[in-house]
Amino acid sequence: MTADADTDLADTDLVTRLTGLVDALRGHGLRIGTGETVDAARAVEALGLADRELLREGLAATLLHGAGGRPVFDAVFDLYFPRGVGVPDGVGGEADREALRARLAEALAANDSAALARLAVEAVDGFGGYGDSPGSDGWSSYRTLDRLRPQTLLARVRDEVRGRDGAGSFADRLLEDEIRRRIEEFRRLVTAEARRRAAERRGRDEIARRALAPTADRVDFLLAGKDRLAELRRTVQPLARKLATRLAARRRRAARGAIDLRRTLRGSLSTGGVPVKPVLRRRRPARPELVLLCDVSGSVAGFSDFTMLLVQALHDQFSKVRVFAFVNRVDEVTGLLVHGAADPEGLNARIRAEARLTAWHDSSDYGAALGEFTDRYADAVGPRTTVFVLGDARTNMADPNLPALQDLTRRARRVHWLNPEPRTLWGTGDSAAPAYAELVDMRECRNARQLDALVGRLLPV
Amino acid sequence: MFTSVDDVSARLAETGYLASPAVATTVFLAARLGKPLLVEGPAGVGKTELAKAVARACDARLVRLQCYEGVDESRALYEWNHAKQLLRISAGRGETWDEARTDIFSEEFLLPRPLLTAIRGDDPKVLLIDETDKADVEIEGLLLEVLGDFQVTVPELGTVTATRRPFTVLTSNATRELSEALRRRCLFLHIGFPDAELERRIVRLKVPGVDAALAESVVRVVGALRAMDLRKAPSVAETVDWARTLLALGASTLDETVVRDSLGVVLKHQDDIQKAAAKLDLDAL
Ligand SMILES: Nc1ncnc2c1ncn2[C@@H]1O[C@H](COP(=O)(O)OP(=O)(O)O)[C@@H](O)[C@H]1O
Ligand SMILES: [Mg+2]
Repeated sequence: MTADADTDLADTDLVTRLTGLVDALRGHGLRIGTGETVDAARAVEALGLADRELLREGLAATLLHGAGGRPVFDAVFDLYFPRGVGVPDGVGGEADREALRARLAEALAANDSAALARLAVEAVDGFGGYGDSPGSDGWSSYRTLDRLRPQTLLARVRDEVRGRDGAGSFADRLLEDEIRRRIEEFRRLVTAEARRRAAERRGRDEIARRALAPTADRVDFLLAGKDRLAELRRTVQPLARKLATRLAARRRRAARGAIDLRRTLRGSLSTGGVPVKPVLRRRRPARPELVLLCDVSGSVAGFSDFTMLLVQALHDQFSKVRVFAFVNRVDEVTGLLVHGAADPEGLNARIRAEARLTAWHDSSDYGAALGEFTDRYADAVGPRTTVFVLGDARTNMADPNLPALQDLTRRARRVHWLNPEPRTLWGTGDSAAPAYAELVDMRECRNARQLDALVGRLLPV
Repeated sequence: MFTSVDDVSARLAETGYLASPAVATTVFLAARLGKPLLVEGPAGVGKTELAKAVARACDARLVRLQCYEGVDESRALYEWNHAKQLLRISAGRGETWDEARTDIFSEEFLLPRPLLTAIRGDDPKVLLIDETDKADVEIEGLLLEVLGDFQVTVPELGTVTATRRPFTVLTSNATRELSEALRRRCLFLHIGFPDAELERRIVRLKVPGVDAALAESVVRVVGALRAMDLRKAPSVAETVDWARTLLALGASTLDETVVRDSLGVVLKHQDDIQKAAAKLDLDAL
């Protein structure tokens, strides 16, 4: 035991941090005894405080007994042993959204994790603050990501990398998914940074107890990370039950309303032609048919798979449900969804593995997909069919093929389009949303709450 | 054993093991705190190799207890050499039974197994208890006893206490949850798949003939396969095997044909191969 280490451990701040950390972990259900706490203190002593990542690993090794506790541990560690206080020099002042997005695109293209970490700090500082009265103000990753929209940088980053490395190599076909994983990582960094800033403001004990996050049904589909989506998927069944009750009620009302004039008059013959007993029209026995046409490309995957699961859970309400998925080719996935109920996590992976959705590239192409759908699956759509198109209408600059959509509207009973992007972004970049919206009823559908309302209103009865 | 975390990294690297910061830190602490190290993670990420590398780096003898279903005290701790004892008795030396008994339960007739071997003697040792999750739960009681204060009581010989504690590594693929008590005895380390940079270095270290560009492509494709939700995701061992195969095939870059023809080295299940081929847009296999 060195003299230095002794002074370190005597440091009451360090002891407070360590016990605070342990208490917070226990608060999250991790079982940590005094033995482990003592080991943790010895680890700090042996490792010193100079290197924060070593300290993180050392504390994890002494305090945890399994891999399951690690995500909680990392989040809590970031609060009790933060990278620093406030923001580093040079950060702050007027934040320029486009400039930050440009630098983010560059860092994503270079796969530079240090730069991504710095940008996360800047992004939260520039766009994550809210409120101005003490007590109601704070820092939010949700706001930051909502302003920055890192997921919309995919095409730009891809083109940048291709411009640099060329597109010829085999590994080039992996590029988009790799970029998506980097974006996911950036999102995680922003979340951690916002928590750190919030902890400075509101006290780390409180933030450690309940990290800032909107409830699952209000999380933007396009902003939700993996964990959030998993949480959301668990809400599918309850949501479906609620919707089913609502749909059934609507159907009863619709059936009750109409009086069958002919049958009422026939019945009135016995009363001398006075119609005393109105006969209500019998409910139409056939239930409507539903077709879902879903973009499952990475940029909107969370949205489409959630919606597919929801509709699948509602299938009793229809005489027929067919689901088609596309990226740049279309394939029917109705059969895959039946298993999907048991394993919602893997749904998207399964669809993408077992259906033929892509030709030689991996970006969505609405024009090609709509064209192929009207050609190959003409039989799926008839006068009793309601069609829902799910997707962001981002064509990656390809021809939107408006005639195909027009053809669809002529043959179907109704065509609705649910777009997970905020209305303000429709038409920006490669979005063909305004053009499509002239042909069909396009609605903004950013989170589960909106989806619930829309599905309840738009589903045919 | 080690003077710092960097010292761990450097000395493991000399023996051919490239440690991530998490691995190096935890090994350093396990040595410093004198606690056993429980290493969990999928197959083929270098758990067993880590224990061997520590032994090489410290000039220590590796004592390995390979666990399997049904491994018991006589395989893990010690056994008496019954055949030899019988021979000794029937050879008879005209002594009393008491004398004979003392004699046949002496060191000469003892067959020490790994746990006993590891705590006897003064030479530095690394005790590797490999694939602990494969053993039955009953053996954990024995492990707890031995790993608690590194002493064991042999009724006929008395208590053996380690004069020099071995550096102990338990590995597990987590096919079964080890008991809470055993976990509490240990420092915990999870080894997952390495990041791309580390994996490239491992490939180039293990297969020196592979150039940087090919190593990078191999690691990228393996990374993509791991993201695919397969029955068995490829591990470091498969990455290294694949690089070796490519070298043998004389492939200097990855292309569609090469990948299609060698995918079987990386993926073990037929349906995984099919799924991956579809996702990677390879022509039908
Ligand atoms: N960090 C590493 N440095 C060097 N080689 C490694 C590393 N990780 C894995 N390997 C190699 O991968 C192979 C599998 O390792 P092994 O220890 O048998 O895996 P495990 O015990 O986790 O199943 C070995 O050949 C080993 O050399
Ligand atoms: Mg092994």
